[in-house]
Amino acid sequence: MLAGNPFVDPFTSNEFMRHALVASVLVALVCAVAGTYVVLRGLSFVGDALAHGVVPGIATALLFGVSGVVGAVVSAAVMMTGVSVITRKSRLSSDTAIGLFFVGMLALGVIITSRSRTFVGDITRILFGELLGVTTSDLGWLLVALVIVAIIATIAHRPFVLMSIDDGLARTSGFSVPFFHSLMLVLVAITVIASFQSVGTLLVLGMLIAPAAAGALVARRVSTMMLIAALYGTAASYLGLLASYHYDIAAGGSIVFVAVMLFGVTAIISAVVAHRHDDEVPHQHEHHR
Amino acid sequence: MTTKFPISTNTIAKTMHTASCTIKSESLAVGHGHHTIIDDLHLQLMSGDLLTLIGTNGSGKSTLLKTLAGLLPALAGSVSVLGSAPGSLPKRVAYLPQHPVSSHTLPLRARDVVAMGRYAHLGLFRRETATDRAAVGDAITRTGTSNFADRPLRELSGGQQQRTHLAQVLSRQAEVLLLDEPTAGLDLSGKYAIAEIIAAERARGVTVVLATHDLQDAESATAVMLLAQRVVAFGPPSVALSDDNVRACFGFTQPH
Repeated sequence: MLAGNPFVDPFTSNEFMRHALVASVLVALVCAVAGTYVVLRGLSFVGDALAHGVVPGIATALLFGVSGVVGAVVSAAVMMTGVSVITRKSRLSSDTAIGLFFVGMLALGVIITSRSRTFVGDITRILFGELLGVTTSDLGWLLVALVIVAIIATIAHRPFVLMSIDDGLARTSGFSVPFFHSLMLVLVAITVIASFQSVGTLLVLGMLIAPAAAGALVARRVSTMMLIAALYGTAASYLGLLASYHYDIAAGGSIVFVAVMLFGVTAIISAVVAHRHDDEVPHQHEHHR
Repeated sequence: MTTKFPISTNTIAKTMHTASCTIKSESLAVGHGHHTIIDDLHLQLMSGDLLTLIGTNGSGKSTLLKTLAGLLPALAGSVSVLGSAPGSLPKRVAYLPQHPVSSHTLPLRARDVVAMGRYAHLGLFRRETATDRAAVGDAITRTGTSNFADRPLRELSGGQQQRTHLAQVLSRQAEVLLLDEPTAGLDLSGKYAIAEIIAAERARGVTVVLATHDLQDAESATAVMLLAQRVVAFGPPSVALSDDNVRACFGFTQPH
């Protein structure tokens, strides 16, 4: 082969790299939409809980030779019910209760997986994904997930934005907060289920939160925030895969690492810019709450 | 306005307006969970009325407003707003909470926050019309929000954010306004501006319930309710704001 282009060739000459790129970009788009509302509403922790809570379901599915997605759907439903019951009924702070719940689910996942003869292989696949083994049918399911997420966002955009300011505001604007809160949990669950195969349950939170959080720092409008999240996620997918190919490192890890790095750089730059701005406008933050 | 206190403001309301009853409560108890803060409230407000709630923090002002907004259930008795259960007519009732902003990272311009006041009319899908845009523009002008309408909320001072949220409430063009300390964090000109806005809303028949620390906000009211986890006094300002009542409400006499 002639000296090719190291930025393009990995994808043109390997089908598994093309699949991986398409899959991770689809995941990035799903995460950009869901992540925007999760970041605005401050649901990162619940997203984390859901991501780890699906592990036992996937593990059980793999143990019986069923698709991991089926197991993820079932355990996500259990987790969501658990989380919303806890948020409503718990006398402990809901952080504590949800944290214990998801760690319990994770432990159950490890127990189930330990019954499998290929324990290490299975748990690695669940936690870190298997991006380089994505098939065409996986891509189809990702596309379905993207469509569902887009539909939910179109329906619920207004109540979601109201709830990001205050639940009471959504309520007094005539929207049912319990319904739309549950719908947001469904949105997160779909994202987690769609993403676990590519980046794994341990890292999906990075794709969900990092690009959207970077968008929140820069954007002045929710739509812009979502667009920036999509661009960051796509860039992280491409750069991460490229690094994974050339340096022979884990694909999911590389992508999420790039995403978090991009967030870090954006946070530093925006802090510097805001600091300068503060100097120009001395009374900007007179009313901290 | 009440059957509980000797001073009835019904006559005042009737001579000022020939309008209909907008907020009515009988033996209403408000509070959180099982903890009753104010008991046995009898209210009857007409369109154009201003009821000012005065008291210290924790006196029950916000609890009463939240109950009228439908965010807290009535613990006893009955209450209706525009003839319906509180919270059931979002297009016709607007509520300004005490601390509207919970996050400083929201990527929303002041203009977008004001426009959110129209969501009650727009529902999930309806597109903004010229009427909606006019209501938003009008609210922005009246609250003096124009200068920073295109800046993100997080870059605004506390007073500017307060004006933005008031503009959001006004943009709904509701018939009942429930305002929890709208003048908090505002300078004197801001306070005057809000007093003018309230007067203008009342002139077009809007019923206003206003919670405040500031006795001056009470002087133009139809009725004043002094609260200290109970009703200390309730009646027209000239009667309710007696030195004895104010002392009982605040623990000292405020100059007014």
